Amino acid sequence: MPTSMLQRIRSAPPRYWLVVVVAIFFAGLPTVVSSFSAGLWAHALIFVIAIMGLNILIGYSGQLSLGHGAFMALGAYTMAILVRRYQINYLATIPIAGLLVGAVGFVFGIPALRLSALYLALATFALAVVTPNLIARPDKFTGGNHGIILAPPDPPQFAKDAFAAVTGTPMTGDQWVYYLTAGIGALLFWLAWNLVRHRAGRAMRAIRDGEVAAAASGVNIAAYKTLAFGISAFYAGIAGSLYGIATAFVSPQTFPVTLSIALLVGAVIGGLASTAGPLLGGIFVYYLPIESNQWVPSQSWIPTQIASVVEKAGPAVTYGVVLILIMIFAPNGIVGLIVAGYARLRRRLRGVADRETGQLPPASQTVP
Amino acid sequence: MQSLIQQIISGIASGGVFASLALALVLIYNAMGLVNFAQGEMAMFATFIAFTLIDRGLSYWIALPVTLMIAFAGGVLIQRVVIRPVERAPVLTLVIITLGMATLVNGLAGFIWGYVPRSFPSPFSARTVNILGAVVSYQDMGVIAISAVVLLLIYLLLQRTTIGLTMRAAAHHPEASRLLGVRVSWMLALGWGLAAAVGAVSGIMVAPVLFLEPNMMQAIIIYAFAAAVLGGIESPLGAVVGGLIVGLTVNLAGAYLPFVGGDLELAVALAIIIGVLLVRPNGLFGRPTVRRV
Repeated sequence: MPTSMLQRIRSAPPRYWLVVVVAIFFAGLPTVVSSFSAGLWAHALIFVIAIMGLNILIGYSGQLSLGHGAFMALGAYTMAILVRRYQINYLATIPIAGLLVGAVGFVFGIPALRLSALYLALATFALAVVTPNLIARPDKFTGGNHGIILAPPDPPQFAKDAFAAVTGTPMTGDQWVYYLTAGIGALLFWLAWNLVRHRAGRAMRAIRDGEVAAAASGVNIAAYKTLAFGISAFYAGIAGSLYGIATAFVSPQTFPVTLSIALLVGAVIGGLASTAGPLLGGIFVYYLPIESNQWVPSQSWIPTQIASVVEKAGPAVTYGVVLILIMIFAPNGIVGLIVAGYARLRRRLRGVADRETGQLPPASQTVP
Repeated sequence: MQSLIQQIISGIASGGVFASLALALVLIYNAMGLVNFAQGEMAMFATFIAFTLIDRGLSYWIALPVTLMIAFAGGVLIQRVVIRPVERAPVLTLVIITLGMATLVNGLAGFIWGYVPRSFPSPFSARTVNILGAVVSYQDMGVIAISAVVLLLIYLLLQRTTIGLTMRAAAHHPEASRLLGVRVSWMLALGWGLAAAVGAVSGIMVAPVLFLEPNMMQAIIIYAFAAAVLGGIESPLGAVVGGLIVGLTVNLAGAYLPFVGGDLELAVALAIIIGVLLVRPNGLFGRPTVRRV
């Protein structure tokens, strides 16, 4: 028995090893970086979760949503209102927010079926722009423009103890939010991975690549398209509720249209229709503005008067340029580039090895 | 009653602004079956150029045509540099690229002119005149007049000139046009230039009211989407009628429906978009599309 186990581990494809390495990296991260950095990483992972959902919608089912910020807002406000008005434990509100937003997304997906890709993009974009105004209106419920302030989350005793046993200092609130987000993120990653590799994922890809052909092969188009909408909204809802927990504050200004665009940028940059793409894309879009905010003031050649403008405009310009360049030159994003580079490298290495053993087929003859 | 007439006239004025931007969207949609999400930002950028020209001492009536020419050149340039390499890409790719352009142009304007709102000069006096007992501003009437002139010019260009005929031919039957010697790709570039210029008019018209800053057109583009969808996204006439209806509806709803008020006027536009798409996806003047399997 142990030998077969060992064999299975040894014959596992490299991508499983990659998953293990990434998991160890994220589990160990807070023990080496500061509590503040762990808080930032928690935010980045929240972006990753939302983008995982968006990737299922855009990358696998081929439907474009520019309004996922609105779904995140709904998740965050569900959490905040349940915690504030009904005194429900914040941990319990996360699945509630996810399921509620997922149901809303599923319902939203039904009229979306009738719309062409273009009209869907248009309608969801309008939704994203209107969202802050819509949130502020029922101010008895949502606190209007002032938003809702929550108590910062406190780590439970077992987590404090366990963390202290490893690092010597008890776990802070930021670190707790980080582990909460990373744990939920891992679970959702596993879900997404299974989804896209099995029946539903194949059906969605078939629809994306040719709706008529998919229908002719017996794929239920309407069911899978609305399912994709529901699942991606579920992810956005969970990301939204975690976002509210991490910042301990939700307001209409937390969910501007730029949030929806940032999510799209993350999905595209990481690589649409790839399982690893959202991780890279989410980290990129979250850290780009933060890093540029630190980098710009440190540059002495930028006059201080315009430094604040550069901080504000820099990320927008970068997002725009990167979005255009990736779409034109590398439609499969960072992951696509890495995969292509790896394949090329392997072909070259194998070519060299084969030539040394003399097993290379003769060079193809060029016909004059 | 007087306030109703006032609301109607300012509704028509905003309608003229929406109609210009919606017409710009329709021109590009007709050229390549794409909604240009950067149209509003391009208009905002052109308005900043007009602002700079006027700031440097140019008179308004010289700065306006100069800006429109620059906008036209900019539109052609964008088509040549950014859009042409991906002309045949799936619509998803194209939409994402125009969104990238919107973000880029917005950030560039922030870089160059900053985020402080500026007041934009208006050629029309702020005084008002009494019409049928209602107080109407010269500003509103001026906007209506300029929008009407621009829309009429575009109509004449598309329907009464050879170049307009060629552009329409290139948009509707690219293959046949190519065989007849039309340079289709350049006609598309011309469409982009024209759209950029028409959109710039909307930005310049609305700037005195809204104050000029990089996010000025963010709401206007939603109204223009609503106008274009309502009119039928491929119909220039529809864009104009849709613009007027959206302008009137939004103004009247904001003034007379208590639960809409000033802050949910944008939500009215969203409701129009979703309502039209669900009930009559081809809009008022659009032809139903037939999908061949």
